[in-house]
Amino acid sequence: MKNFSNKYIFIYSAALVAVVAVILSVVAMGLKDRQNANVRNEKMQTLLAAINVNCSRDEAADLYNQYFDSELTVATDGSVVSVYNVKDGKLEEGDVRAFDIKLKEQQNLEKAGQKGAFPVYLFTKDGRKGYVIPTQGNGLWGAIFSNIALDEDFNTIIGVTFSHESETPGLGAEITTQKFQAPFVGKQILDENGQVISIAVKKNADANGMHEVDAITGGTMTSNGVNEMLATNLMRYQKFIDATRTAPAAEEAMVENAIEEEVSNE
Amino acid sequence: MSKMSKIFTTPLLKNNPITVQVLGICSCLAVTAQLKPALVMAISVTVVVALANLIISCLRNTIPPRIRIIVQLVVVSALVILVNQVLMAFVYDVSKQLSVYVGLIITNCIVMGRLEAFAMSRKPMESLMDGIGNGLGYGIILVILGFVRELFGSGTLFGYPVMEKLGLYKIGYENNGLVIMAPMALILVGVIIWIQRTKDKDLLED
Repeated sequence: MKNFSNKYIFIYSAALVAVVAVILSVVAMGLKDRQNANVRNEKMQTLLAAINVNCSRDEAADLYNQYFDSELTVATDGSVVSVYNVKDGKLEEGDVRAFDIKLKEQQNLEKAGQKGAFPVYLFTKDGRKGYVIPTQGNGLWGAIFSNIALDEDFNTIIGVTFSHESETPGLGAEITTQKFQAPFVGKQILDENGQVISIAVKKNADANGMHEVDAITGGTMTSNGVNEMLATNLMRYQKFIDATRTAPAAEEAMVENAIEEEVSNE
Repeated sequence: MSKMSKIFTTPLLKNNPITVQVLGICSCLAVTAQLKPALVMAISVTVVVALANLIISCLRNTIPPRIRIIVQLVVVSALVILVNQVLMAFVYDVSKQLSVYVGLIITNCIVMGRLEAFAMSRKPMESLMDGIGNGLGYGIILVILGFVRELFGSGTLFGYPVMEKLGLYKIGYENNGLVIMAPMALILVGVIIWIQRTKDKDLLED
């Protein structure tokens, strides 16, 4: 066996690590755009899935532009921080596109006592407008995510998607299945006074109850996580929901007035 | 048989990494529920073992024995990260399915095993062949497992609904959920080992 001096060993390892580092960074930089595009397309795919448009990742970008009208970020006081027009691809207000917002960062900001901004996606499907609210929370082992698509009344759920980082396969991970997600459709997130009461995931849920769905057998911790996630995330939109729900009513009233005026003019 | 082709073909059957050397079992249980990730994993491992073998063999006379394991690890890790980056850019869905298992190629015993046992003492071309052979030997088993498990567990192949097209569901056929579970992969590996040892008496231990 050859003998190597300590000096040789040090220089050898330093040179090796330097070469490897350069190669890896060059490749990582070169592929970054492609990888980011994949992640963005996947996000669009899940948003589309929430409004019951199933597509491959490659089609996602086109379909997203087709169904979604605009992206808003709203603060918990109900004010709109930014508006991004999907059709024109222009940021109309504010300086950040809702799509690029990282929920976790905003949640941390809020926890630190600062003002967070949370995304709402506006879409039109089959002539009806609606809203998608993305949420993020903690399951048993890691983060869980969902997109809640609401009808134009900002109340009735028309579709949901759930995903997770590392819940137990066969138990908590079942939140990604149709069996768990389908019962959400038709439920309502607001009580009769327009207050957000979210949807409760619980055992032996009443199928006719407007605010509850069946939990996963053996997935209690994940179910609790889902409850917590939905409640805290949806509550943030209370003021914005109030404002939006009253606005269309006002518009309608104006239209009715206009019609009445026309009628009386005749 | 020439020396080169012998180096290449022994690991395919006679010295198969999974069924004879019994290495890399963990990943072979984890990624074979479907054919596509199994195939991608097979290709990834083959690329990593082959290139790592080649690189280490080229460097073998310059590597100080005292730090050889570290050098091997650095080379293997670099290759695995490259593979992971490429997968993330070009086959994103598969890379999500493989998730941590791509990273775990680094600790796949086949890779380090071949580097220590072969590449440190052989010429580059021989090492390259040995790497490809071992990677493919591992890959064959993965693809067999993936084929059986996806076909009988989900009734599909590469996502194509084979069983449905054959009309088997109409006559009362049902997918077997057990086949998707990891234990079934272990049982299947056992069956393959059994068949192989019945055919090849040389592999029997006393």
